[in-house]
Amino acid sequence: MNDATPNPKIIEPTIFELSSPGRKGVSMPASDVPEQPMPEKSLLRDDLPLPELAEVDVVRHYMRLSKFNYGVDDGFYPLGSCTMKYNPKINEDTCRLYGYLYTHPLQPIETVQGNLALMYELQEWLKEISGFAAVTLQPAAGAHGEFTGVLIMHAYHKSRKDAKRTKMLIPDAAHGTNPASVGMLGMTIQQIPSDARGNVDLAALKAACDETVVGMMLTNPNTLGLFDENIEQVVKIVHDCGGLMYGDGANLNALLGIVKPGDLGFDIMHFNLHKTFSVPHGGGGPGSGPVGVNSALAEFLPTPLVGMLESGNDDKPPLYGFIEPKKSIGRMKAFHGHFGGGLVRAYTYIAMHGADGLKDIAQYAVLNANYLLARLRATYHVPYDRICMHEFVAEGQFAGSDVRALDIAKRLMDYNFHPPTNYFPLIVHEALMIEPTETENKNTLDAFADALIKIADEAKSQPDLLHDAPKTTRFGRMDEVKAARELVLCCWLPEDYGD
Amino acid sequence: MNTPAQLKYTKTDEWFDSASGGMGLTDYAQSQLSDIVFIEILVDVGDQVEAGKPIASVESVKASAEIFAAANGKVTAVNRGLSDKPETLNSDPYGEGWMVKVENGTVGESMDSAAYVKYCEERTH
Amino acid sequence: MTFIPISPTERDAMLSTIGVKHLDELFDSIPKKHRFPKLDLPPALAEMEASALLSDIAQANENVHEHLISFLGAGAYNHYIPSVVDHILRRGEFYTAYTPYQPEISQGTLQSIFEYQSLMTNLTGMEVSNASHYDGATAAAEAVNLAYAQFRGKRTKLIVSPTVHPQYRAVIRTYTEGMDLQVAGDDPNTNLEAGPEGLSGLLDQNTMLVMVQYPDFFGRIFDFSKLIDAAHKSGALVCVVANPTALILLKTPGEMGADIVVGEAQPFGIPLWYGGPYLGYFTTKKSFVHKMAGRLVGETVDSHGQRAYVLTLTAREQHIKRERATSNICTNQGLLALAAAVYMSSLGKIGLQEVADLCYQKAHYAADQLSKLKGYELCFDQPFFHEFALCCPKPVSEINAHLLEHGILGGYDLSNDYPTLKDRMLIAVTEMNTKEDIDALVEMLAEA
Repeated sequence: MNDATPNPKIIEPTIFELSSPGRKGVSMPASDVPEQPMPEKSLLRDDLPLPELAEVDVVRHYMRLSKFNYGVDDGFYPLGSCTMKYNPKINEDTCRLYGYLYTHPLQPIETVQGNLALMYELQEWLKEISGFAAVTLQPAAGAHGEFTGVLIMHAYHKSRKDAKRTKMLIPDAAHGTNPASVGMLGMTIQQIPSDARGNVDLAALKAACDETVVGMMLTNPNTLGLFDENIEQVVKIVHDCGGLMYGDGANLNALLGIVKPGDLGFDIMHFNLHKTFSVPHGGGGPGSGPVGVNSALAEFLPTPLVGMLESGNDDKPPLYGFIEPKKSIGRMKAFHGHFGGGLVRAYTYIAMHGADGLKDIAQYAVLNANYLLARLRATYHVPYDRICMHEFVAEGQFAGSDVRALDIAKRLMDYNFHPPTNYFPLIVHEALMIEPTETENKNTLDAFADALIKIADEAKSQPDLLHDAPKTTRFGRMDEVKAARELVLCCWLPEDYGD
Repeated sequence: MNTPAQLKYTKTDEWFDSASGGMGLTDYAQSQLSDIVFIEILVDVGDQVEAGKPIASVESVKASAEIFAAANGKVTAVNRGLSDKPETLNSDPYGEGWMVKVENGTVGESMDSAAYVKYCEERTH
Repeated sequence: MTFIPISPTERDAMLSTIGVKHLDELFDSIPKKHRFPKLDLPPALAEMEASALLSDIAQANENVHEHLISFLGAGAYNHYIPSVVDHILRRGEFYTAYTPYQPEISQGTLQSIFEYQSLMTNLTGMEVSNASHYDGATAAAEAVNLAYAQFRGKRTKLIVSPTVHPQYRAVIRTYTEGMDLQVAGDDPNTNLEAGPEGLSGLLDQNTMLVMVQYPDFFGRIFDFSKLIDAAHKSGALVCVVANPTALILLKTPGEMGADIVVGEAQPFGIPLWYGGPYLGYFTTKKSFVHKMAGRLVGETVDSHGQRAYVLTLTAREQHIKRERATSNICTNQGLLALAAAVYMSSLGKIGLQEVADLCYQKAHYAADQLSKLKGYELCFDQPFFHEFALCCPKPVSEINAHLLEHGILGGYDLSNDYPTLKDRMLIAVTEMNTKEDIDALVEMLAEA
């Protein structure tokens, strides 16, 4: 095991290496029932190779690990397409209220009217924000919402006995989850190029539209951070050939109170509550990806939805419960969605903002992005340069220099910034995709712009500074080939080493 | 960049050797993909392959690619050993890195070595 | 309440740098007739008001901490969560970080996921674990994706035991809509008394995967070794959906020869939270790692020669492989994988064994007492862990209504999903139930 590594220096032992046989952590009370006979031995496991530590060992281990991380609470995190905004602390308290924390998903509805009311109201709010007729809260994440949406599109055409529709149109700038979601249903994909202004190429779209089109999956604003200037024409072309228009809501932060995707003619859209509505990203999840649809598609939504079973009056509150859409695509996950960690936080956030507050979010997200763009465009080439929405994409390369976007990203760590997204979207060379969000102040944006401008100088004068970056972080660049070739995917207890 | 003269090349960066019936991915392709860590050959001995249809899937540290048949023909041998040593595709793409052999193969749309070199140069600049 | 840290003066300075006068001018590309819609939403609340509102809503629920004694399980379990778990989860460095795409400044997330992977493989007896899925149901569906990809669509029959969680089976049906599979075994009206050997008869050369649950939905413990042998003889893979608390005590599916072991790790440090977010774990053999969906953390070294961790084999995933990826999954349940890891570490081997032992002891005490009641008996003879089916003398809904009046949340009504199982209640008992709770249940059932 792991023979190929010549004793790398261990910065923090694993929880397994910290284990010492017989050491006790949190203990359980003694049994208060008469002793029961155990099942026969053949049904039991022989050993339980898990770590043995005291509570203090565990706390210090994870405290040390936390210090090797960088979160939004640590500083600026302009990761394009991820909307790394500040996560209000009150959300952390509300989602842990006992009424939410300690309710079982299969309790009788009479005992969980609070939860159901919250879900019902959140459905209503998301409908109002997006302009859709119905919303499901069940999908667990953005990609899960996309898969839900594609299943709905598939079910819609199937219900109309329109079996020849098997082709999905996807722009070249799309997130990888779009084609992957379509791939899960065995549909084919036709890629639609962007035009010189970063819009969908209308001629190419028209040429691709025929009676085999399921629909189009479009992120708008797109992954270049640009609002499609021909959006109404795009929607019309797709609708005219019988296709449905799917909106990837990854970039909804730029549209709150600015425009409702449903008004633009989109038929389906997923929300990313972990981007737009401040659910923390948690080092990679959990997310939450509700889906909104127009009225013609509502009967295909996943089951169950939360509905008002009896309306209330002055004496009696309404009764909320579950309803099954008539032609539902079925269940997307067990139970009712990411309730506690997702829906309660998003509800808290929307409740604190109201209509004007949401519009402010979008306006300031767009202001911050355009401000950074204005400060950087003389130094970094921006291939699709016009007023952007919540993010923009610059090229991380300079004529006559071998410095790449990756080097710039790593060098930013030396200035205590999290790097932007790089190498995405694929249609920009050496892409640096910068999304500042609305929760950053002018000083931070200026410091970031200054750092990027300085790095551009360094790229010319001392390129090795960038090639070798980061220099000041606890860990340096990783040997990714070794990780993939040797595939060490788990660790062992100390006594198992050397077997 | 190595492009043996006796081979035929496709626009999707595969080679075909009409003498041995072997096919695989080119030196240019392996250098673009860089460190290859996984290969899955999608056809079995006895299958009929068709030029332009996928015969294998490879993954490197940063990229993935489908490998298409460079020729039509019936599969006579599959290089299963590559799964354990995918790095062979980097070190010896035209030799030990062969993927599939066919009998009486007829090459699909293809280029000779000189045309392929030119084609690769165009894409690099 | 706003979280925007920009003053009007700063805003105006920024607008002037951009070269526009007013914020609204940034939105000229949006069709005018749809621009700036009025949103009909309640007025914005201050933090104090939001706190009060959310508290009011929460109090409209009856919860199993303050109001109800719970015997409800069926896929979500009420366990004690040590304080240390939430203290670690509340570190901003963990919960406000993104997916660890920049390993130099994400070693905390990466090492903790690597450790989570290790904990899960050791628990299940498998070789590889991914960084997690949305929940147990979607993890089970991803096992079908793995098998389908492994056989490249050349085998298309899926055998699902009817005693796999009904909602998991429903999710699998949704996920496989585009695969044109032949699904066998997934019939709630079949003979539910039969053990797993019954499924062997359905095996054939077209079978790609057999899925069973351990303990099954009725709480029963079966050794699947023979079924797994038979499946392997016909070239099929076997996925076991397993409860992690039960695995502390029971023979591992790995030892039985399972190819994939998945499940719901909510019992490991994740609150009931009205059904989510939870934690789907996914473990398998090393030979299937390239077909496994989801993120994966591997060990490596950094440029200073230090041991470190990175996301590895990323070319399998959707952002590179796009429509050819096994799954479209992007996120994992990172923070909850951390919760499970802290839960397992802080209880440790001894604490976990205490939890499993208490669940087993109390459930068997409850079963023993309940089966002595007139008109009640255990529905099955098989060994069980902490959940069992109780045959009742009248409809479960009537009994549960009576229990609820007395502050007891009764078990799950099996007739919801199994038409032949009328008057059958699925009862879960954990370390959270005292002898007093159990005796109260027995007393209430006696008079129900």
